[in-house]
Amino acid sequence: MLKDITLGQYFPSNTAIHRLDPRTKIILVVVYIVALFQAKGWIGYGVVALGAISCMVISRIKPKTLFRGMKPLIFVIVLTGVLNIFYTTGTPVLPGWIITWEGIDRAARMILRIMLLVTGTFLLTYTTSPMALTDGLEILMNPLKKIKVPVHEMTIMMSMALRFIPTLIEETDKIMSAQKARGADFETGNLIQRAKALLPVLVPLFVSAFRRAEELAVAMESRCYHGGEGRTRMKQLVMGKNDYMAFGFSAVYLAAVIILKKFGL
Amino acid sequence: MSEIRVEHLSHIYSQDTPFEKTAIEDINVTIPHGQFVGLIGHTGSGKSTFIQHLNALLTPTDGKIYVGGKDINADKKSRRDVKWEVSLVFQYPEYQLFEETVYADIAFGPKNMGLSEKEVDERVREAASFTGVDEELFQKSPLELSGGQKRRIAIAGVMAMRPGVLVLDEPTAGLDPAGCSQILDNIKKYRELTGATVIIVSHNMDDAARLAERILVFDHSRLVMDGTPEEVFSKPEELIEIGLSVPRPTAIAMELRKRGLQLPDSIYTHEQLKEAVLKLREAKNA
Amino acid sequence: MSSIISFENVHFTYPDDEMESLCGVDLQIEEGSFVTVLGHNGSGKSTLAKHMNAILTPTEGKVIVNGVDTSDDDRLLDIRRNVGMVFQNPDNQIVANVVEDDVAFAPENLGVPMNEIRQRVDEALKLVDMYEYRLHAPHLLSGGQKQRVAIAGVIAMKPKIIVLDEPTAMLDPRGRGEVISTITKLCRENGMTVVLITHHMDECIGADRLVVMSNGKIIADGKPAEVFSQVELMHSEGLDVPETTRLMYELNCEGMKLPLEALDVASCADAIAEALK
Repeated sequence: MLKDITLGQYFPSNTAIHRLDPRTKIILVVVYIVALFQAKGWIGYGVVALGAISCMVISRIKPKTLFRGMKPLIFVIVLTGVLNIFYTTGTPVLPGWIITWEGIDRAARMILRIMLLVTGTFLLTYTTSPMALTDGLEILMNPLKKIKVPVHEMTIMMSMALRFIPTLIEETDKIMSAQKARGADFETGNLIQRAKALLPVLVPLFVSAFRRAEELAVAMESRCYHGGEGRTRMKQLVMGKNDYMAFGFSAVYLAAVIILKKFGL
Repeated sequence: MSEIRVEHLSHIYSQDTPFEKTAIEDINVTIPHGQFVGLIGHTGSGKSTFIQHLNALLTPTDGKIYVGGKDINADKKSRRDVKWEVSLVFQYPEYQLFEETVYADIAFGPKNMGLSEKEVDERVREAASFTGVDEELFQKSPLELSGGQKRRIAIAGVMAMRPGVLVLDEPTAGLDPAGCSQILDNIKKYRELTGATVIIVSHNMDDAARLAERILVFDHSRLVMDGTPEEVFSKPEELIEIGLSVPRPTAIAMELRKRGLQLPDSIYTHEQLKEAVLKLREAKNA
Repeated sequence: MSSIISFENVHFTYPDDEMESLCGVDLQIEEGSFVTVLGHNGSGKSTLAKHMNAILTPTEGKVIVNGVDTSDDDRLLDIRRNVGMVFQNPDNQIVANVVEDDVAFAPENLGVPMNEIRQRVDEALKLVDMYEYRLHAPHLLSGGQKQRVAIAGVIAMKPKIIVLDEPTAMLDPRGRGEVISTITKLCRENGMTVVLITHHMDECIGADRLVVMSNGKIIADGKPAEVFSQVELMHSEGLDVPETTRLMYELNCEGMKLPLEALDVASCADAIAEALK
């Protein structure tokens, strides 16, 4: 069911990774993505994967949780794999087949790349509370305020969106059940019929989202929200020894991947 | 006739994951056609999961449900057909309204049943009369109306399918006393005119005591009490033990017994309590 | 005792509405008291609540809160930090994904220094008995727990007054009990002024004062026992009275002489047992 979507969810804990400064984690993810796109051969991928796996182990995020989060992306992953298998020229696996060894190799690498990409971003959201994440983003993007980018507004919007994802998912589930009880059919019919069948879900969902937004605005005002000016934070972000160590590791990590690439590995 | 027979029903959410949770366990109950049943229990006691099985919205992890003798999970068709026979009104049903007009919204269910336009029209008017929705409102947008009106329209939308079994989850939640009694009257009227089975999930013991012929009590995923209001409310201590409240007249009666007054065993409505006290006074005067 | 909230002949009409929602309300609320406002839907009780922290301002008349006129735009924050507002739907007032971050929201907005925020958040969570849940995700809590987090979220502002607009309407009996005992404690032990808007008469029993509204007017005001003993008036307004009052009232109609002030179950039973001795 929809409830199983773990996208953007945060799993509170107190591991070394959870305790890292969100800014560090954002920068690490950027470094990780750069490294991932630098990786060329299997050894390079192996090093990138090793980084992701060690973060997973340290943060005690179970692989199962991660794979569950990837469920909505299965379509993209399978499609990438299939396209690469069939559209790569080279030595056929069996004489006369379109499938080539090169195709399989490339498909496997592309799939691995997507999965590693997703793993990196998931690890970020799983181990960082949305508040910390948006705080970190806000500070990292602070220089943009000089050129009149509404950084605070953007980040608060993002954190509200993250806050309401689970609530709206739950609500969608409820409305769907209620309409099913009135005989709505979401499972049969062609694409257009199915899209039309969603109307009884989408309309109430939007109506409710607007109502929630309105009530939320009043509640925020009642709690003295008046924009970013003069706001303080309970959790002041301070970089510590661990953060500097993490930077050190990531520099070596990136260098290693780049060097491996030079050797074509 | 739509007798409901539930045999060894269990449901486990997210089975085989770390989030695994048993919602109901080994429920056995038979509800004859036309009975008025009150379902009580805490949030999370399994009562909402139970009712969603009655029209195949949820599939049992274990056990069987028969409506009118037929296994409702036998195949895809029976899973769909049971929705016309057993209809469910969810909590806060006004949040499911979506059509542009009140009329169209009430007509949604009957239309899905594949009825002719004439039959749909009949059903809509009939359901509107059950719930006291004025036909003048038919062309209005449901979003313009008051909370109580929206609720009645949403309930009319379910009654329009003319189910033999009407199940309602907390139909009066969030309404003021006037709104509550209006909704309960609508439900009584539907039952009187169609002879349907009615199952109400309620936190309000006084409503359950007053309306229902039979009370089912859920606690920790199990059906722990099953009987007439007389039977169930004659053991108020057991209800209090599982953390449920008792009807207010029952609570007062318990206090009076503690003070040495001889009251009948089962008191659960205002009228019974008043009569019992007046009898004691007569006895004293005599 | 001085009044901390005062309504002087307040009228209010919503934009694009013809009917007045408040028609001439005069109300003084004493500092440190527990006041409940009872009325059916559309009686104007929510509109009244929203005037207490300047979400709405009167079209005519004046509302003075803690010495400040609510129509003074420059003092808006001053008013709101002193009046904590809790609303009906707990989901729509929790802004963060972690309980303690949510409670920190208001003090952060007020520019409270970092260390003090931490202290206020911990204190507030302990007051509502939710400290052990400080690292939980709010959407996984029960209704009563969410509502207690919302209460902590406003008491972290250290307000003098807390106004609750039907905070229990969406809760089950257990959650309702949790919320009512929490706010009773805030008033009795921490000296906060509490204004509770509700349509559950049972929730009014423990209050110092009960104000009944109908059609934008105050139609009864006094100690809960006094107000409820006006059984005919309450019924004519479509409101119920507690079962205890109703029972004694009807027994009195049959010629018994019972005191209608006995609101809670125990004292009602005492009174009946006494009469039948």
